[in-house]
Amino acid sequence: MAMALQLEAEKCTGCLQCEMACSYENEGVFNPAKSRIKVFTFHEEGKFAPYTCTQCEEAWCMHACPVEAIVVDMATGAKNVLEDVCVGCKVCTIACPFGTVNYEPDSGKVIKCDLCGGDPWCAKACPTGAITYVDDSDTTYERMRAWAQQAPSAPARFNPPQPKSVQIFDRES
Amino acid sequence: MAWTGNVLRVNLTAGTVASEPLNKQWARDYLGQRGLATKYLAEEVDPTVDALGPDNKLIMVTGPLTGTMASTGGRYSVVTKSPLTGAVACSNSGGFIGAELKMAGWDMIIFEGKSPQPVYLSIQNEKAELLPADQIWGRSIWEADGILHKLHQDPDIRICCVGRAAEAGNLYAAIVNDLHRAAGRSGVGTVMASKHLKAVVVRGTRGVGNIKDPLRFMQATEAGKKVLSDNAVTGGGLPQYGTQVLMNVINEMAAMPTRNMREVQFEGAHRISGEAMHEPRQSDGKPNLTTNAACFACTIACGRIATIDKGHYTVQNKPEYWQASGGLEYEAAWALGSDTGVDDINALTYANFLCNEDGMDPISFGATVAAAMELYEMGALTKEETGGIELKFGSAEALTQCAELTAHGEGFGKELGLGSKRLCEKYGHPDLSMTVKGQEFPAYDPRGIQGMGLAYATSNRGACHLRGYTVSSEVLGIPEKTDPLATEGKPELVKAFQDATAVVDSSGLCVFTTFAWTLDDIAPQIDAACDGEWTTEYLLEVGERIWNLERDFNLRAGLTGKDDTLPKRLRKDAANVGPAKGMVNDVHAMMPKYYAIRGWTPEGELTEQTRQRLGL
Repeated sequence: MAMALQLEAEKCTGCLQCEMACSYENEGVFNPAKSRIKVFTFHEEGKFAPYTCTQCEEAWCMHACPVEAIVVDMATGAKNVLEDVCVGCKVCTIACPFGTVNYEPDSGKVIKCDLCGGDPWCAKACPTGAITYVDDSDTTYERMRAWAQQAPSAPARFNPPQPKSVQIFDRES
Repeated sequence: MAWTGNVLRVNLTAGTVASEPLNKQWARDYLGQRGLATKYLAEEVDPTVDALGPDNKLIMVTGPLTGTMASTGGRYSVVTKSPLTGAVACSNSGGFIGAELKMAGWDMIIFEGKSPQPVYLSIQNEKAELLPADQIWGRSIWEADGILHKLHQDPDIRICCVGRAAEAGNLYAAIVNDLHRAAGRSGVGTVMASKHLKAVVVRGTRGVGNIKDPLRFMQATEAGKKVLSDNAVTGGGLPQYGTQVLMNVINEMAAMPTRNMREVQFEGAHRISGEAMHEPRQSDGKPNLTTNAACFACTIACGRIATIDKGHYTVQNKPEYWQASGGLEYEAAWALGSDTGVDDINALTYANFLCNEDGMDPISFGATVAAAMELYEMGALTKEETGGIELKFGSAEALTQCAELTAHGEGFGKELGLGSKRLCEKYGHPDLSMTVKGQEFPAYDPRGIQGMGLAYATSNRGACHLRGYTVSSEVLGIPEKTDPLATEGKPELVKAFQDATAVVDSSGLCVFTTFAWTLDDIAPQIDAACDGEWTTEYLLEVGERIWNLERDFNLRAGLTGKDDTLPKRLRKDAANVGPAKGMVNDVHAMMPKYYAIRGWTPEGELTEQTRQRLGL
């Protein structure tokens, strides 16, 4: 079963615990400037939204890399940057439609989310459940369920709907 | 480690910046933030200086846990001599700028002198420079923030700034960071403006990494977070209602100071409470509250983000106030609301926006308006003197007019900007000023919460709830319940809260964690991060040392034990309703015991023995 990060902006409070967990796991320092996940604040609307790589199946970054420095981690499906191979050309940062591959000036390489090898620290650090690590076919399940719940329900069953006869297959044939 | 070891010294007179090493011994003795900066201030500034003169210094300071993953580890403080009280000022703020300063590689900034021209300080990691502030001087904080973001072309810079109130000499001006978080009390913003320093812009990309024992630190901070999330206040009440969770609670026990503290219960409290902020309004079906929000690293997230009803008279033709911004916290809702008798939640939110936009302490502002309303109603202040404002209790229009004038430093707002003590003295009724050492009271009536009376009277920065919040014990039963109407045991309780709070305020953590945490939860986090051994016992010693250092500064500044008192109203006029009906605050019955356990003389001076014991 493949897993994916599920980001639910409506639960985010903008505390940046995810950014610190990410930078600490990857760089050994609490430093949002080096985080692979980024929380955006839309101040005038009172909105916060965490955002990071979605690990595209056909990853633009991976296909664009001229030196094959971005590879698939077969265990997690993450697209990982091989730091020894990366030449810092930044083509992947241009190719990524979502802006989630970024150049890191101190190392001269690019950085992106690697799902921490299957145990993402951002999800563990998030205090509100805005970031979770779930079955990748379920990332929208809760959202669907929430919308489904808003569908009108029958007030009282005085006139329960009658089952109507349906015929799916033509039994004659 | 956990400290960066670097101090940035900015001489505004000469226009120079310089880096110097942090005094490590002082860090060991005073931990960081409030304690450490007070040590620097006490060593470098003569306590008798004019607070608004060039000889006063202004220190912006982080704690050792600022910028780490410890929950709420994003605090910073501003320490200086207060122009409002003449005592030491230490105002604490969350938001993001404290952590950013630490990420840039600095423990603190010491501002000295006075710039000949308005300037702002720009910090990008190790690079710091003073730049001309012509474009932002005279502007509101919100305007200046927008201009600075455009100038610096970097969405990730963090800014703290003073507004037009500070520039006009308002004595309770705040330094506002991240648009709506504030080092709010005692006029620290006034001092900043007096130095012609408009703003500090920070970008830090170095990070905080020098943790003594990283694995133990992660375990300790994780354990701390679990305690916070499991606790009913920090894990439930605060995120849902913010500090406003207290409005109905305190009102029901009749400890809600109302109409300049004449009364102890406000009939309109339910209309301005945390619960009211959740109720959908008629016009657009949206509640006042948009969302809760966290400061840096905070897993509680008590911050309120709110909007004003677009159809409300205050903003009808002002779309610039239609956006979401920092909403009512309990203290603001109380001072702007109960204390003035105004129960219009939109008017209060608007006044609160103005306090953020132009940098005013909403407690001191609201309480000063309340005092002015009482003067007006008794005829001591006339309509001519208010510039035509009908300054009656309960008038939302009067409140919002006063907020506009005071925020902009215009007309009658200039007088309101002097604070309630000076206003009441000027109009011949000094007893109507509800202040200690010249600073206005917060939202807990000490007639119904006896320990708070002692905490207010002895607070080193004048009336303040955050120096010894015995409400925790007396009302909420944290860590254990004491009788709010009793005076016995309160001197010990007040001292314990004061010392422990001094530690929290010096660590980089938020005092709201102490609804759930004791020092036993905090000590392991500090100990895993910082060099040396940091036990609860040692931290309490540090807290007591900080308290006595502040006291010593105040005594040297000319304050005496006589200043440790409450306004006559709270000592002589009994509460009119509720459990405390018929009671006054018996502060002077508690004082001798308090002085004795502090190791002070009966006059409130530090004894030689106490100095030696604490290494002062």
